Amino acid sequence: MNGFNRAIRVQNPWIDRLILGATILLAILWVIPALWIVSLSFRPNFLLMRSTAGVLPIPFTTENYELILRLSRVPGWFFNSAMTALLMTTMVLVVSSLAGYAFARINFPGRRILFIFVLTGLMVPEQAVFIPLHTMFADLGLHNTYVALATPRVAVPIGVFLMTQFFRAVPREIEEAAELDNASRFTIFWKIMLPLAIPALTTLGLFTFLHAWNDFLWPLVSATDDDSYTVTVGLASIQSNYAQTEGLGMVMASAVLASLPVFILYLIFQRYIVSGVSMGSSR
Amino acid sequence: MTTQELSGALPEATTSGRPAWFRRSDAWQGYLFIAPFLLVYCVFLVYPLFKGFWISLHDWELVGTYREFIGFLNYEDLWYDSLFWKSLWNTIRFVALTVPSMTLLAMLLALAVSKRTRTHAVLRAVFFGSSVFSVSVVTFIWQMMLNGERGMLAHIFEALGLVPIDYLRDSFWAMPSLVVTTLWWGVGLPLALFVAALQQIPEELYEAAELDHASRWTVLWRITLPSIRRTIVLVLVLQIVAHFQIFGQPLLMTRGGPADSTRSLVQLIYDTGFRDWQIGYAASMAMVLFAIMLVVSMIQLFLGREERS
Repeated sequence: MNGFNRAIRVQNPWIDRLILGATILLAILWVIPALWIVSLSFRPNFLLMRSTAGVLPIPFTTENYELILRLSRVPGWFFNSAMTALLMTTMVLVVSSLAGYAFARINFPGRRILFIFVLTGLMVPEQAVFIPLHTMFADLGLHNTYVALATPRVAVPIGVFLMTQFFRAVPREIEEAAELDNASRFTIFWKIMLPLAIPALTTLGLFTFLHAWNDFLWPLVSATDDDSYTVTVGLASIQSNYAQTEGLGMVMASAVLASLPVFILYLIFQRYIVSGVSMGSSR
Repeated sequence: MTTQELSGALPEATTSGRPAWFRRSDAWQGYLFIAPFLLVYCVFLVYPLFKGFWISLHDWELVGTYREFIGFLNYEDLWYDSLFWKSLWNTIRFVALTVPSMTLLAMLLALAVSKRTRTHAVLRAVFFGSSVFSVSVVTFIWQMMLNGERGMLAHIFEALGLVPIDYLRDSFWAMPSLVVTTLWWGVGLPLALFVAALQQIPEELYEAAELDHASRWTVLWRITLPSIRRTIVLVLVLQIVAHFQIFGQPLLMTRGGPADSTRSLVQLIYDTGFRDWQIGYAASMAMVLFAIMLVVSMIQLFLGREERS
C-alpha cells in the first residue's frame, strides 16, 4: 500500500471514497471516445453516412470489416506494418544486447569514451535527421522497402543504454565459473547472459514493436507508394477524405483493426510496458 | 580508466585471487560486440546529423539533382520568414498549454491511483492504455468526437438544444482541441513516472507525519511533493522535448488551420521539404529545432547535476 494514501486514510476515509469515485467516473469518460468508435464500426455504412448519433451498434453488422478485408488495401498495410515491426525489433534486440554486454562487461580500451559517444545520440531527435536520411535512402533506391522503414530506428541508442544497465546489474559470480572453464566470450554471452536478460529483452522488444507499429513521420516520407504504406500512414491517408471516398464505417473498422495488435500486446504485457516506461526515462 | 585497470590488473592476476574476468586478454572482442551497433549508429544517426547541416547550407531540391551551395542564406531567409516565426510561436503556445496541464493531470491521477491494489492497477491501466495507439488512430477518434456535424459533442449539444461548435475549424477552439487530444493520448507516460516515484517514498516519512497528526494538505506539500521533486523536473523536460515535436495532430486534425493558427514547426519542415521540395530550407529549420531541443536537454543535465551535488 502506498504511504501517502495510508497516512491520510486514518483521518478521513470518506474523502478517499470520494476521490476514488471521481477517478472511476473519469476513467469511464476516458474510454468512451475509443469505445464509441468500436461500437459505430459495427453499424452499417449507409446509416453512418447519414448520421452518427447514438452510441450503440444498432442495427449490428460486420459488413465494414468484411469489405475492408476483401476489397481495400488495409490487409496489405497491416502486413507491411507487421514485417517492418518484426524486422526492426529483431535488429534492435540483436545489436543492443551485443553492445550492451560489451559496454557492461568487457574491459576494452576506449570503452568509456565510446559509451559517452553513443549516449550523446539520445539527444538527437528524429526530426533533425529525417531529411538527410531520406536523401540517403533515395540515393540507394531503397524507399518503399521494409529495410528503409526499419533500419533508421536501430541507430537510436536507447536499447544499448537499457541493455548496458541490465548487464551491469548481473552479479559477476554468474560468469566466473564459465570463465574458469575458458569458455569464449560469445559462449558466455549466448549461453549465460542472454537467458538472464529475457525480461529486459521483452521490455525492449515490446517498446520497439510499439514504436515501429505507431511510427508516423519516417514512414510518411519513406513509403510514398500507397501499396507500401504502413497501417498507421495508410489510416492517416484515408481519414482525411473519409466522408467522400472510403465510407465512414470502413475508416472506423480500419482504425479498430490497426489498433488491434498493439492493444492485444498491451493487454498481455501491461506490466512490462508500464514499468518499462519509468526504466527508459530515468536516466 | 579502462586501460589502466586492465594493465594494472594483468601482472597481479597470476598470483592473487582477482576475479577471472580481469585476467582475460580478449578485450579486443569488445570491439566485435559493439561493431554492429556502432556501424548502424554512425551511418544512420551521426552521419545524417552532419549531412543535415550540410544540406541546410544549400539550395537543395528533393527530386532531381539541383543543389547549389549558398552558405548561411537559408538561415538568413528564416529570420525574415513570417510563416516560420508563426509556426514556432504556435509550437511554443502548444507546449505552453500542454506541458503544465499534462503534468498537473498526471500528478493528480498518480496521487489518486498509486496504491498497490487491484482497483488502482485497473485504473492505471485505463489511463495509460490510450497511449499505445498510433497518432492516426488518436486523431481519427478525436476528429469524430469534435466534428461539428457528426461529432459526439455535437450530438450532445444538439440534444441539449445548443448550437454545436465545429471545434477544429474554430480559430479559438482549434488549438485547445489539439491539446485535449494530446492529453488523452500522452498522459500515460508522466502518470507511470509519477506512480513509480510515489511508490518509492519511504513509509517511515508518512508514519512520522501520522504521529504528528499532520493534515492531508500538509502531508502533500511537506512530504509527498518534495519527495518527487526530481520526477517533476524530469517529467517537465521530457514533455517539453516531446511536445515541441508535435506533428501528426495538426497535420491530420486541422491541417495547420484555421489560417495557419495551429501549424507546428515540424509540420512546416515536412511541408517545406516534402510538399514544396525545398529540403535545403527545410533542413535549416530542422537544425533550429535541434538547437532548441539541445538547449532543453542541457538544462536537464545541468539541473540533474545540481540535484546530485
